[in-house]
Amino acid sequence: MVEKRKIIIKKGRKQGVASRKFNFTREMVNVSSNTSLGSYRMSAWNAFNELKLPTTKDEAWRRTDLQKMPLGAFHLLTESAPETLTPIPESLLKPLLGNQHGGEITLQPGEAKIFLAPELAAQGIIFTDFRTAEKEHPELLAKLIGTVVRAEDGKFAALAAALSQNGIFLYVPKNLQIEAPFHSVFWGAGAGLAHLSHLIVYLDEGASATYVHEAASPELENASMHAGIVEITVADGANLRFVELQSWGKHVWNFSHERAKIGRGANLDWIFGAMGSRLTKNFSDLDLVGEGAAGKMSGFYFSDGEQHFDHDTSQNHLARRTSSDLLFKGALKGNSRSVWQGMVYVAEGAQKTDGYQANRNLLLSENARADSIPGLEISADDVRCSHGATVGKIDPEPLFYLLSRGISKVDAERLVVEGFFDPIMQRIPFEGVRARFQAAIKDKLNS
Amino acid sequence: MSTLTIKNLHVSIEGKEILKGLNLEIKQGEIHAIMGPNGTGKSTLAYALMGHPAYEVTEGEILFDGQNIISMATDERSRLGLFLAFQYPVSISGVTVANFLRTALNARRRADNPEAKGISILEFRKMLKEKMDLLKMDYAFAGRYLNDGFSGGEKKRAEILQMATLKPKIAVLDETDSGLDIDALRIVSDGVNTLADGDLGVIVITHYQRLLDYIKPQFVHIMFDGRIVESSGPDLALRLEAHGYDWVREKYAEGA
Repeated sequence: MVEKRKIIIKKGRKQGVASRKFNFTREMVNVSSNTSLGSYRMSAWNAFNELKLPTTKDEAWRRTDLQKMPLGAFHLLTESAPETLTPIPESLLKPLLGNQHGGEITLQPGEAKIFLAPELAAQGIIFTDFRTAEKEHPELLAKLIGTVVRAEDGKFAALAAALSQNGIFLYVPKNLQIEAPFHSVFWGAGAGLAHLSHLIVYLDEGASATYVHEAASPELENASMHAGIVEITVADGANLRFVELQSWGKHVWNFSHERAKIGRGANLDWIFGAMGSRLTKNFSDLDLVGEGAAGKMSGFYFSDGEQHFDHDTSQNHLARRTSSDLLFKGALKGNSRSVWQGMVYVAEGAQKTDGYQANRNLLLSENARADSIPGLEISADDVRCSHGATVGKIDPEPLFYLLSRGISKVDAERLVVEGFFDPIMQRIPFEGVRARFQAAIKDKLNS
Repeated sequence: MSTLTIKNLHVSIEGKEILKGLNLEIKQGEIHAIMGPNGTGKSTLAYALMGHPAYEVTEGEILFDGQNIISMATDERSRLGLFLAFQYPVSISGVTVANFLRTALNARRRADNPEAKGISILEFRKMLKEKMDLLKMDYAFAGRYLNDGFSGGEKKRAEILQMATLKPKIAVLDETDSGLDIDALRIVSDGVNTLADGDLGVIVITHYQRLLDYIKPQFVHIMFDGRIVESSGPDLALRLEAHGYDWVREKYAEGA
């Protein structure tokens, strides 16, 4: 009898009503400033309420379980930031590429710092936060918001669309070629907070730019969450290099819906780096909508401890002569787990398409697990598409070889891991980004 | 001057005994050749000296300057001054020759003094170029991934380059001549001879006499069935060349 009662108590805890429900309310939706932005947010709010929390019965979420996520523990920041927030570390503000930034934005709870080189502003470039953009460029923002990622794309997209208190807007007018990179940092300090972010990047025809966005947080005890939207448009003949790095603390449940629309003859070089978070579910879609559009997606991740990363990628060839090239490489330690599921989709009539995807995983512990699921869906006949997926361990023979040269076991493993990542590093033409990643590899191997 | 002494060494792989009481002593500056038919345990000796985990020492001692190194880890043995030029060097994808060698050099420096700074890039480049000149190697070699897509000859040259860079006291060359054409053999041998002129002690493991036309050993040993059965001067190699291994088999095969 006693045993039975115990079981009931346990069951009751698991289903605890308060913790399994978000406590966001309609009053939190900001509808005050601009009518069309307000209605965008309100319809996103409705979508958020209509969409169910994904479960492992949903195909895209089969391998990523949210059962342990304490939904009720997250709240939005009220107007004044609590004073105990960890300040943003200096190291995150250092230029990752070149000596200086064309612009730099740091967003943290309740605060935005914005810099844009005056000569760039004078040319009509916009690089600012959403709050400023809402005041200074309300029509443009309203015109672009929600055109690439729809709030209805998912529960977390809807949440970010409805309740993001701030975001980042980069707009480069026609034919401007900008050398100096743009850099932004989203700093998610504060335990128990729901950090919501929204990025809009729009390169008009013939423009070119480089943009690095980092999301990071301190390591905290209590769970936090982040939900983000990234909307990228690379108009005809434009050229964007976009690097995004995440080093969330291991208390953060991290979700993002990202899509890039690439126009005729336009090009996107898209780089992802994932180090942090307790759990990450990331949807990244590359929509090649114009003839001759090209996109390269390069990802690296290194999970350890109890981390769970799920990268869900789509390379959508929607026009003729489009090309895509995806390479994701990851190392896993501890009890961590990674999922990569990738789809190359070729629409009817998208002839002369060239699509490639590969995912390589290196398991550094017995308990780590990587699932690698490539997919092709082709509705045109004159195409070239291929994929590859591997999950492997460190071979003992290369390790012995390195040891036999006097290199310690720790350094030998590090060399092998660095060697494993080298092909992806070769795709990243930014010394600072590579150095950041190499430092992270070292930290993770030594932890 | 360091001495490597192997006493009554027994080594098993997966429970099967391969070395059955091997004895050998070599000092720095000496060149020894170990010859013998295939399958007598020559490579097993090489791996066991370096401490490969699959090779279990069941009896005997390996003494380096009197210190038994059997329980010592592979990287420690290397830093002590032992070196193995592999018969089949392993490729390490994504790690350049230069990066690898710098890491190995710095590992030595830090083992001597944990506070030591790594070798400077400038100093390292200069040193590496000198060694590459010695082996007539293209400098571009330093930027290639270690042994990745190397030809047989390139792999063997890379082994000797590592030996020249790491400056061991005693080196084992395991069938370094296999896969080399005559030109490469001459270059590799010149390199080994230059190093041996200093204070390097070398154990040359080879199946054929050919290599010994270029690297002149003072001592020649014949290995058979897990033991060294004959030791003599260079003339022993010539005898093998003239008569083959049949007389060794007849003399030492069990039950013969």
